[in-house]
Amino acid sequence: MKTLAELQAIREAMKDKVSLRSGNQGVRVVVGMATCGIAAGARPVLSTFVEEVSKQGLSDKVTVTQTGCIGICQYEPVVEVFDGDKEKVTYVKMNAEKAKRVVEEHLKGGNVVHEYTIGESKI
Amino acid sequence: MKELSLNILDVAKNSVKAQAALIEISVVEENGVRTLTIKDDGCGMSPDFLSRVTDPFTTTRTTRPVGMGLPLLKLAAEQAEGELSIESKQGEGHGTTVRATFNTDHLDCVPLGDFAGTAVTLIQGSPDIDFDFIWRTPEGEKRVSTREMREVLGDVPLDSPEVLSWVSESLNEPFENEK
Repeated sequence: MKTLAELQAIREAMKDKVSLRSGNQGVRVVVGMATCGIAAGARPVLSTFVEEVSKQGLSDKVTVTQTGCIGICQYEPVVEVFDGDKEKVTYVKMNAEKAKRVVEEHLKGGNVVHEYTIGESKI
Repeated sequence: MKELSLNILDVAKNSVKAQAALIEISVVEENGVRTLTIKDDGCGMSPDFLSRVTDPFTTTRTTRPVGMGLPLLKLAAEQAEGELSIESKQGEGHGTTVRATFNTDHLDCVPLGDFAGTAVTLIQGSPDIDFDFIWRTPEGEKRVSTREMREVLGDVPLDSPEVLSWVSESLNEPFENEK
């Protein structure tokens, strides 16, 4: 059974690595989580981003956040990536597998996965 | 919505938007009836807004004049011989309580689905709000309270990956009498 004591251990373990988050300097991944996004499958997309960013050791550089309706419901799940002054990248019709690839290639490798972007979408 | 947990995620976001400090979400199953309660201490709705809140053409979103959150929950309840009720108050003692019931033996009753996933998503999205999650069945009860978690965690943020994993595992472990 899970206990609150385990949280105590997490707290101890995190003492050493006090947040290195660099304010707003890093990359921001925004997942649309309104009714339209949720119904289209945004929850596993979000959780994949959260897990993979942490697994790949990108937590200091990348923050994952949720937002409401972005306004293009037919393209949901929609994910936007903001990186400093660079143009925003909009990924559409996402799923957990695609999210994994975006973390690997875009967030880690620095290369936009063009085939998932709204510009490449055939609708 | 394929599972009730997605409706829960969706409707609880209304509480977040209503600037609630505490949101209590409970799912209680007994005698073939599942009762979902989402209770917040947010700003509440005016009687006029409340009276038309399950109309799909009532919404707080600004991108288009359609809001399907509560209508979809109402549909899910009614198609399983249950019902949706909403109480809301502004001013003193403000807050909103949404309650939905489901006959779990009904053919059209949607499964609860990934309740833990919904809890994690809500905490990740609003780490500064407090949540109480309660999930009770004849097999036992599971609870996660962010207020209790905060007492132990101190200034460790609730949206730390390790903490979110703990929440997920807590709600995914078997019920006491299920082992």
